[in-house]
Amino acid sequence: MSDMAENNRAVLKLRESFAADILDVREFRGEVTITVKKENIVEICNFLKTSLAFNMLTDLTAVDYLGQDPRFLVVYQLYSIPNKDRIRVKAQVSEAACRIDTVSGVWSSADWLEREVFDLFGIIFNNHPDLRRILMTDEWVGHPLRKDYPLQGPDREPYKGRLS
Amino acid sequence: MAQKETMTVNMGPQHPSTHGVLRLVIELDGEIIEKITPHIGYLHRGVEKLSEHRTYHQTLPLTDRLDYLAPMSNNLGYVLAVEKLLDIEIPERAQVVRVITTELTRLKSHLVWLACHALDIGAMTVFIYAFREREKIMELYEKLSGARMTSNYYRVGGLSSDVYDGFEKDVQEIVDTFPGFFDTYEGLLTKNTIWLQRTVGNGVISAEDAIDAGITGPALRGSGVDWDLRRDNPYSGYEKYSFKVPVGEKCDTFDRYKVRLVEMREAVNIISQALKSLKPGSVLADQPQVCYPEKESVYNSIEGLIHHFKIATEGFPVPEGEVYQSVEAPKGELGYYIVSDGGNKPYRMRVRPPSFVNLSAIEKMAKGAMIADLVAVIGTLDIVLGEIDR
Repeated sequence: MSDMAENNRAVLKLRESFAADILDVREFRGEVTITVKKENIVEICNFLKTSLAFNMLTDLTAVDYLGQDPRFLVVYQLYSIPNKDRIRVKAQVSEAACRIDTVSGVWSSADWLEREVFDLFGIIFNNHPDLRRILMTDEWVGHPLRKDYPLQGPDREPYKGRLS
Repeated sequence: MAQKETMTVNMGPQHPSTHGVLRLVIELDGEIIEKITPHIGYLHRGVEKLSEHRTYHQTLPLTDRLDYLAPMSNNLGYVLAVEKLLDIEIPERAQVVRVITTELTRLKSHLVWLACHALDIGAMTVFIYAFREREKIMELYEKLSGARMTSNYYRVGGLSSDVYDGFEKDVQEIVDTFPGFFDTYEGLLTKNTIWLQRTVGNGVISAEDAIDAGITGPALRGSGVDWDLRRDNPYSGYEKYSFKVPVGEKCDTFDRYKVRLVEMREAVNIISQALKSLKPGSVLADQPQVCYPEKESVYNSIEGLIHHFKIATEGFPVPEGEVYQSVEAPKGELGYYIVSDGGNKPYRMRVRPPSFVNLSAIEKMAKGAMIADLVAVIGTLDIVLGEIDR
């Protein structure tokens, strides 16, 4: 945990209001990442948007850390157009309770991005207005971006390289 | 009282003005659009999954195939993200060539946008002209990288090779001739009554709504938001060039058209400034653990051959960490979020495609419009399905 990350304005403000939710603050290559508990994610996002002017949700995705607990991290890349500033928020989601509240009420861009995370990782977003698969077909089984999903697809011989 | 009935119309995935394999299920009240449900994913190739199984060098050609109308912008975002993870500096000459070629890519992409957008609305002449000019950039691409579309020209640490002899002359010719072509397009369209009737007041989205929907790039600037990553969060030395960021007022298709045309003129302006600052020098960073050795040494020394073989087969390790790097691609903010576990392959690579997020606002922009205006909205969003579906 570096000083630069701790002195970041957004981190200081967040600590005032959501001290119990913040698990970790990190700075790497000039980018600040805040890891939080998932329970108050909507309130945290609302606070970042309204009080700290992070008015754009640039990206929302997830990372699968298979074998660790919690298994998933849902990653929110926020951008503030007035301050030209970025911040990354990560929320922990365990495999046993593979769900998190939707932030599509905070930024409408979350709608499709959350659908994609649901489709490819199988994380359910509570209260999402239209949680359907988006890239894969509706009847698809499994979630391709999970680490335990084989690259070549289900029920197929793994590719062993060219034999000739 | 008559009962109100809506009709459901299917548009695409094989439809010339959906710019690829986009399918829209439209609910119509007469000719008025009540609801649009986009269906995407027909071109899903699993680029993000594939990249987890390839070394950093091997992932690079996949990025060409995302937004295939602007391959070098995709390459740039990716190599910048990996360079940020590695924390390496690249030589000045490589940076300048990258700026020149990505701005040429912007021209190339905007020319396709203009051509197809005009063709969709019924101005066929512009299509023929714009594709003629695009061909000049494609020829330059081919001389530079060997490929007309999937260029794969950049490398982590610099460029795959220095520019060919006569590159400066070819670029100078584009700088000299293109503004005249832009005048031609404007002459054909800007005061054309049919063009104005189809674009003014079409697809209006306010600045607040556009930001809320995550719209980026020319589509956001058309709504009056003065924001450009090249100026506000510069990368690749963009802070050294002076250029205007055009902004619209009326938030409609016509304003977005004007914004993109000014952007093309500004791209030529940036290219001309960059060309003047192009100095001889190396185009690859002095990072032997990351960059391929010179071909001269590969062919003539055993050390060079081993070096090349090691990098080609094993790749290079990247420090543990995560970065998000975005560039101002022709269609908007193109971001790469790469998580490294310290190995030679990305643990997770996420591409933030501008078209995907821009398209999600289509219902907001086209609701209440006539069905014939929907093609204008698709055209003005400037989507490319290779990037949406990945």
